Amino acid sequence: MDALLHQVLAGLATGGIYASLALALVMIYHATHHLNFAQGELAMFSTYFAWSLINAGVPYWPAFLLTVVFAFVLGLVIERVIIRPVENAPVLAVVVVFIALLVILNSVTGWIFSYTIKPFPSPFPAEPIFGKYMSAHEAGAIGVTMVVLLVLYAFFRFTPLGLAMRAAAQNPASARLVGIRVGWMLALGWGLAAAVGSVAGMMVAPIVYLDPNMMGGILLYAFAAALVGGIDSPGGAVVGGFLVGVLENVLGAFVIGNELKLAVALVLIIGVLVVKPTGIFGKVFVTRV
Amino acid sequence: MTRRQLIPIAVLLLAACALPFAVSDYRVFQFNLVLVYAIALLGLNLLTGYNGQISLGHGAFYAIGAYCAAILMDKYGVPYWATLPVAGAVCLLAGFLFGLPALRLEGLYLALATFALGVSLPALLKYHHLEKWTGGVQGIVINKPEPPFGLPINADQWLYYFTLAVAVLMFVLAWNLLRGRIGRAMVAIRDQHVAAEVMGVNTAIVKSLAFGVSAMYTGIAGALGAIAVQYVAPDSFNIFVSIVFLVGIVIGGLASISGAIYGALFIQFVPNIADEISKAAPWAIFGIFLLGFMYVMPMGIAGAVRMAVARLQRKAQNR
Amino acid sequence: MKLVPIAALVAAALASPTAFAQKKYDPGANDKEIRIGNTNPYSGPASAYGTIGKTIGAYFKMVNDQGGINGRKVVWISYDDGYSPPKTVEMVRKLVEQDQVLFVFQTLGTPSNTAIHKYMNMKKVPQMHVATGATKWNDPKNFPWTMGWQPNYQTEGRIYATHILKNNPKAKIGILYQNDDYGKDYLKGMKDGLGDKAGMIVKEVSYEVSDPTVDSQIVQLQASGADTFFNITTPKFAAQAIRKAYDTGWKPTHYINNVSQSIGSVLTPAGLEKSVGLISTYYLKDSSDEQWKNDPAIRELAAFMKKYYPEGDLANSFHIYGYTVAQTLHQVLKQAGNNLTRANIMKQAASMKGWRADTMLPGIRVNTDGGDFAPIESVQLIRFNGKNWVRFGEILGK
Repeated sequence: MDALLHQVLAGLATGGIYASLALALVMIYHATHHLNFAQGELAMFSTYFAWSLINAGVPYWPAFLLTVVFAFVLGLVIERVIIRPVENAPVLAVVVVFIALLVILNSVTGWIFSYTIKPFPSPFPAEPIFGKYMSAHEAGAIGVTMVVLLVLYAFFRFTPLGLAMRAAAQNPASARLVGIRVGWMLALGWGLAAAVGSVAGMMVAPIVYLDPNMMGGILLYAFAAALVGGIDSPGGAVVGGFLVGVLENVLGAFVIGNELKLAVALVLIIGVLVVKPTGIFGKVFVTRV
Repeated sequence: MTRRQLIPIAVLLLAACALPFAVSDYRVFQFNLVLVYAIALLGLNLLTGYNGQISLGHGAFYAIGAYCAAILMDKYGVPYWATLPVAGAVCLLAGFLFGLPALRLEGLYLALATFALGVSLPALLKYHHLEKWTGGVQGIVINKPEPPFGLPINADQWLYYFTLAVAVLMFVLAWNLLRGRIGRAMVAIRDQHVAAEVMGVNTAIVKSLAFGVSAMYTGIAGALGAIAVQYVAPDSFNIFVSIVFLVGIVIGGLASISGAIYGALFIQFVPNIADEISKAAPWAIFGIFLLGFMYVMPMGIAGAVRMAVARLQRKAQNR
Repeated sequence: MKLVPIAALVAAALASPTAFAQKKYDPGANDKEIRIGNTNPYSGPASAYGTIGKTIGAYFKMVNDQGGINGRKVVWISYDDGYSPPKTVEMVRKLVEQDQVLFVFQTLGTPSNTAIHKYMNMKKVPQMHVATGATKWNDPKNFPWTMGWQPNYQTEGRIYATHILKNNPKAKIGILYQNDDYGKDYLKGMKDGLGDKAGMIVKEVSYEVSDPTVDSQIVQLQASGADTFFNITTPKFAAQAIRKAYDTGWKPTHYINNVSQSIGSVLTPAGLEKSVGLISTYYLKDSSDEQWKNDPAIRELAAFMKKYYPEGDLANSFHIYGYTVAQTLHQVLKQAGNNLTRANIMKQAASMKGWRADTMLPGIRVNTDGGDFAPIESVQLIRFNGKNWVRFGEILGK
């Protein structure tokens, strides 16, 4: 029983990691209706920026804030410069652009910072809480994810800018007619998603250690989490993240062993999607024929 | 097919046949791989380009085909050419069986499902209960086939011609399929799903069949690839393979048979070119190539060629 | 006619050693240069290892600056294979058939080397000092053109098993291993070393390189009641494992494989106080260990890194590895003199008796002969005291 509890709590801790990146994925989808595969690498790159600041002597929280701003600007610039030329291209062409972004970011980071792992500091105390089951950082990271989630929810639900962004993503033609600058809404969406991603990166790095391939494995889980929760539901993404984390741990420890736990977790998720194709909290869209 | 369209194809075939005598063995090996990738990309294009079902996991079928060939050759002494139909049949079945439940999934969700397939297969290949057949992490080493009937060519050249023959066959079959009823049904489903259903197309069967045939093509390519490289291991078939295949068909040109060849040339040679340009960050250079191609030719190389030919024809007509 | 001076000249020429040493070359060697080929994963999941190839390249640049080997410059051609065996095959074929290298050196990874194993021996091109610890490279009878270098993983696993049997015969062993050939090789070594006592292993769990953390696996091992832990992980996961084991309050006797024993790149990120008591083996000095700070060999290494590979992190043990294996090849090539045929390269590599590089731990030597293609087979047991790796016991292995 104790072992099960331990695995569940460990699963919640890793689930928090998946949830934070899944939030960024949902964010970018909300704003652009595209799923950006390079989100993980953007987050990783931003975290290296933070690392450079901290290494140069900047204290943690100022470095944190500067990094979030940096990531926001970077996201914005990428949308305007790199994504804009293929705005009207077929969906798969845009996917290839995302893939290009992914390999460029990964390769450049490895070139600048090398592939040796680097420890990344945590703003939370070092002593574990909840006994020995979860470190203070892991609990803190979950807390930060929740705060980001609430901020995003409030932004999209209650602010005119959030409404404008949602409109621009769902129906660009009509949004333009109402006077919304769709192009800038998309850029803003990218900036926000990159900022959310940078927070995810800075929360994840102390746990998994900073290296250019840090986000690769996490992206897969975050993708699954975002979809199982419903790709247009930020709350769903977070729930999905925790679900995936706990499921993976429990499957690995008690059911199928570590070799196949990822495969089985994914099969189960796809099973959910076959039954409920838009995810647990997703909305069903009716398309006109 | 008009005589006009046949001429460039004939020229291409002639050049392909002459190739092994004009270049070194190492280059023949590389072009052998190009042919292998062309078959794999044609398979993926049938599903994604012509039928609109995205797949981020075709590397899995490539791996299944490769392991079929390796296991048959290594453990059962089956001759290399006989492994191809088996690999094809196994993958046809696997693709069809995967396509059935995937019917419920669209767009992103289908992408996730295929992504899951692509990610899980190496884990399955390493699974210790299956180690007896798959060789586990050690992989399987196989022997290179020798030219038959004592032909005066070396093993690399023989394998190239063998692959070329298979490729020509597969391309002709695909062209035939796409011209016929099923091909039109596939495209109809891609463009207007509901309308196609209303018009009497059995979308469930066509979509699952598309998956099956697509997997069959990629599986046969996998078998040929395994024979060329003479080695299969789980590390050879990670998710990156699936992603590179997707990149290949988009760069080459979706919904285009010639696109498979352009795409294959791209994914085989451009990474090497990128490596020559920059030792420090070669994949960044590759990424820049990708961006460049997508900005200049969002419809792929085949799309750009088609537009250029059309423009030339219009100019000729206007004279 | 000045016969006497001419005769003197002729006599002098005949007497000089270079006149006697016949210059013999295979493709890749000539009066001016020696071409050496290599593949390394500079991209992809194993890209952390690419720094080894860069270190070796930097080393030979230094050698060239100092005049080369027997007056010849080394041309180092290294390609990226992304740790993908088909790419390794393609790149090695390019090296052998197009770039015409004399031999291939330190190709990295067990699957990558397995893929080219038959080809190299068929082409009779040396596959020198492969960068993997698998046991199968020491097979001169069947594969006379392939040779390993580092102590193999199975031997190391067996050494830990012997240590456990001797010091804690009632131990309950838990093992964490990377699910690939490297991990499985260590696992086999431990099981072979335990022999019929393999039942002492109460739990073995694996992880994939794509897993974000191994925290769940550590929790599983703790729950199994194991009091001894054999940690077969690469640096990133080793740091995670050490930290998690400490944080959950599990305090096993902790053996760590030597791929991940670096103080700078593993123990410091994990937490030095969390790494106290770790047992490992090694054959090189740890360049991030304070006890070697004033050691002349380490100083030389630091100077070399500063001048020729400044982006490299001295704390990373891959650098001392690359440096030392390059020195080994340097010795082989020196021994070969003007006979730069492939056969002679193999012969010289197989005739190293008691040679050592100063970056090796005291007592470790390189020994090869016609039937023994495993250059380094001896290792030293070491224990971490919170600051340094302290050597204990005697040199084990051959």
